[in-house]
Amino acid sequence: MADTGLLEALLRLLEKVDGGIDSQDVAADLGVDHQLIVGAVKSLQALGEVISAEQKSSKRWELTGEGREIAEQGSHEARVFNAIPDEGLPQNELMKMPSGKVGFSKAMSNKWIRLDKAHEGGPRVFKTVETIEDTVRDKLQLVQKGLSAKLEDKEKNELKKRKLLSEVTVKSYWITKGSSFSTTITKQETELTPEMIASGSWKEKKFKPYNFEAMGVAPDCGHLHPLMKVRTQFRQIFLEMGFTEMPTNNFIESSFWNFDSLFQPQQHPARDQHDTFFISDPALAHEFPQDYLERVKQVHSEGGYGSQGYKYDWKIEEAQKNLLRTHTTAVSARMLYKLAQQKFTPVKYFSIDRVFRNETLDATHLAEFHQIEGVVADYGLTLGNLMGILHQFFTKLGLKKWVEVGNSGVFRPEMLLPMGLPEGVSVIAWGLSLERPTMIKYGINNIRELVGHKVNLQMVYDSPICRLDS
Amino acid sequence: MPTVSVKRDLLFEALGQKYTDEEFDELCFEFGLELDEITSEKEILIREQGGEKAEGASDVVLYKIDVPANRYDLLCLEGLVRGLQVFKEKLEAPRYKRVSPADGGEPQRLVITEETASVRPHAVAAVLRNITFTQERYESFIELQEKLHQNICRKRTLVAIGTHDLDTISGPFTYTAKPPGEIRFKPLSQSREYTAAELMSLYKTDSHLRHYLHIIENEPLYPVIYDSNGIVLSMPPIINGDHSKISLNTKNIFIECTATDLTKAKITLDMVVTMFSEYCDEPFTVEEAEVVYPDGRLSVYPELAYRTETLSGDFINKRVGINESAESIAQLLTRMCLRSEVSGEGDLIQVEIPPTRADVIHACDIMEDAAIAYGFNNIVRSTPRTYTVANQLPVNKLTELLRQDLAAAGFTEALTFALCSEEDIADKLRKNITETRAVHISNPKTADFQVARTSLLPGLLKTIAANRKMPLPLKLFEISDVVLKDETKDVGARNNRRLCAVYYNKSPGFEVIHGLLDRVMQLLDVKPGRNQGYHIQAAEDSTFFPGRCAEIFSCGKSIGHLGVLHPDVISRFELTMPCSAIDIDIEPFL
Repeated sequence: MADTGLLEALLRLLEKVDGGIDSQDVAADLGVDHQLIVGAVKSLQALGEVISAEQKSSKRWELTGEGREIAEQGSHEARVFNAIPDEGLPQNELMKMPSGKVGFSKAMSNKWIRLDKAHEGGPRVFKTVETIEDTVRDKLQLVQKGLSAKLEDKEKNELKKRKLLSEVTVKSYWITKGSSFSTTITKQETELTPEMIASGSWKEKKFKPYNFEAMGVAPDCGHLHPLMKVRTQFRQIFLEMGFTEMPTNNFIESSFWNFDSLFQPQQHPARDQHDTFFISDPALAHEFPQDYLERVKQVHSEGGYGSQGYKYDWKIEEAQKNLLRTHTTAVSARMLYKLAQQKFTPVKYFSIDRVFRNETLDATHLAEFHQIEGVVADYGLTLGNLMGILHQFFTKLGLKKWVEVGNSGVFRPEMLLPMGLPEGVSVIAWGLSLERPTMIKYGINNIRELVGHKVNLQMVYDSPICRLDS
Repeated sequence: MPTVSVKRDLLFEALGQKYTDEEFDELCFEFGLELDEITSEKEILIREQGGEKAEGASDVVLYKIDVPANRYDLLCLEGLVRGLQVFKEKLEAPRYKRVSPADGGEPQRLVITEETASVRPHAVAAVLRNITFTQERYESFIELQEKLHQNICRKRTLVAIGTHDLDTISGPFTYTAKPPGEIRFKPLSQSREYTAAELMSLYKTDSHLRHYLHIIENEPLYPVIYDSNGIVLSMPPIINGDHSKISLNTKNIFIECTATDLTKAKITLDMVVTMFSEYCDEPFTVEEAEVVYPDGRLSVYPELAYRTETLSGDFINKRVGINESAESIAQLLTRMCLRSEVSGEGDLIQVEIPPTRADVIHACDIMEDAAIAYGFNNIVRSTPRTYTVANQLPVNKLTELLRQDLAAAGFTEALTFALCSEEDIADKLRKNITETRAVHISNPKTADFQVARTSLLPGLLKTIAANRKMPLPLKLFEISDVVLKDETKDVGARNNRRLCAVYYNKSPGFEVIHGLLDRVMQLLDVKPGRNQGYHIQAAEDSTFFPGRCAEIFSCGKSIGHLGVLHPDVISRFELTMPCSAIDIDIEPFL
């Protein structure tokens, strides 16, 4: 805020004029630097409608450094003239003066002085007139007073040529009265204070307006990871649909539960070293439900339960191999086996957890990802039921084209019957990755920007809440 | 899913009908297939190798069709057309017949010697008589073998197919195994004889064959088939002999499949002969061949077995969720090449499974075919009435609740990999790998997947390293599983749910991490205190700066550590600022 006295002085000036005034004129009138007036204008503008000011630019003449010297001390020729006593001055002495050279030639051409070359003791300079009129100085003083308009263009250009004047562009304000013009200033408050509330003084105060265009200050807070936000929503959907969460906190699984129990033959390509991470330590699982294992062996190698089986030499050594589970269906198998060991009750299970594939990595594939899985076991479930429940699930997701993102099916009797589940029980299941819908939801093209340590934390900070159905 | 590529015009000619791309796409969908791509050899070459290489390539339109993994009967044009024609009821599924040699002569015989037992013990064989090839048929015959090799034959490990011009060789044939140095013949596409050992080094650089060398490379004996004159038919599963190679003019074909899995060998042989017997003078007949085992047993191939399953219309209706008569279900199944009729007793349906449908091994497969023929889109969606009450897994419920409050406490959630390098969990944390109880992966493709993580800390530190441009302080957390060896578990390992948080700034901020511990304990309703509460106690841990580490106890039990990280740890993760961390087990709070 500029000095209040200056502001009020400016306002008083403005009060006297009809129309408006130029800030340059105000500066000249009040005898202060123009920059101070500019500051005052800005302060007044910030007060609201006290004044209105429009910026404009104009050209104006100004003295150069040499011009100012002349305005103070006289032109070089005048100084030369004044330095010469009645008895004259030796030319070489005159030339030693600071204004000597220029002043001498100017004074000569003005015919104020003459040079007596033949004077005894060397050339000597004499005045030729009694008094002179120093017009250069007078003109410069006019300009200095801001009265350059009184000079003719020709005169100004001549002075410019002598590098005594220069023409500069000046920015100034054209100041007019505002709608709430007043010559006194009420200081605007920036913020409401406890004191103002206590004293009630806020009623009298004027408050500086806020800049609503600016951004606010970011709150100091932590952020949840977008993939985990989507996971939370999927959990919510399953819970809303009455599904119970399976214990998937076992990344290490035996080939038996990951493949054999699901009736996946031992020569299946998924069991290849190129697709699955096998474990070297602890390399083998050492504990299986023995009679179930025998039934699994039988259904693979000989068939049974209405199946032809695969008719190959099933080996326990293959089943024992530990691996990083390739799907959470390994856990579904454990849960269904557990379910079969008690009196059957219908169940709906779900899980969302990490699975691992020894695959070639690219923009949409990592060695690990989250699998979402839903499982329903009950008597008499149909393919129509599977399609119905998928429809409900994907409607909750707000995804229309669900065929693109997931897999679904009915578990085979060769998987269920050896577990001991009753004959009439069907188990329907579906699965999809958590990453894929999240990438679609948040518009992420490279999975590495979403999952893993190379994540961009700014993305995490900035990601919106997850509402799957909108 | 295997992809079969067929020439569109040839396909339409065989189907006796033209389709628009959309119509054919729709037909595929109805039949349980997917028209994956419409392209041409030229387009494929342009895409894969650039425009120059593609110059002069064929621009005949190709349909690429995705076929279910176990439908080996749809892997060639012949099978696809047959399947679609039967599905459209334009053709009755042919009956495949095994026949004896026409002139009452002896069948071809393949004798297996005991030396094969150690390397590739099984073989089956058959003969296609009086076949007529055209260029297209011949190409399709070769292509089918390749498709079978890639799929059911598991890249020739389980089964390898050899096809020979029977008129160039004379049986009986011997399938034996010999040391590589003793096998010598001129292989396909070569101009001179090589020993087997020489061939193995020759094919090291062959872009196609090198993938199969490993199957026998380290065996002392290599499998080989001779004719009665000592001519080499093939050295399975690598290469056939040049002498017996088939050509466009071949009339009689001897087919042998050697295998480590007899069931798959039989299926493979059945597929080759059922698909191509169509071009024999007497279509769909296959001449038998005898296989004699080392123990003297004799089997006749191909099996071409038909099997009948009996099931009720009610079973299909109940499993699919439709309500069709037995007759109409029988018709649906017949359209899927499963010739079916209602038996007369109630709604029982007799379903005949032909040798082409080796994938049908259970009534549920028949049910699925009925559903396909009925049309998945015609099945009415319905909600199961299954009533259940949902439960959350306690450890996940606790995790969900804590995550929210850790974010509210100003920490940002990271999501890091469960797999990492040994270095990440050992050297970089100044630990010895043996003390980590880490689970090791036997076949990592890169060092990033050597072990399952035993700590969440490396992942968080790597996340900071990747985000060094972000304004300080960085406050990160993760609640997730680490994996530890545990003898008491059936697989010898278990997950452990842990909470880890780090504070990274110009000053270590131990008090910030300590404050977070206090807050977490407050959330878990554990009060400060020595016995029933929690407390921390100075400890030495090589990951932390000496004198700046404490062990955390809750109810007298150690649950983790907190402290200022050791400067070496900080620099090994390519960080430059002091950092403090907390790492606790949250399972005791369940």
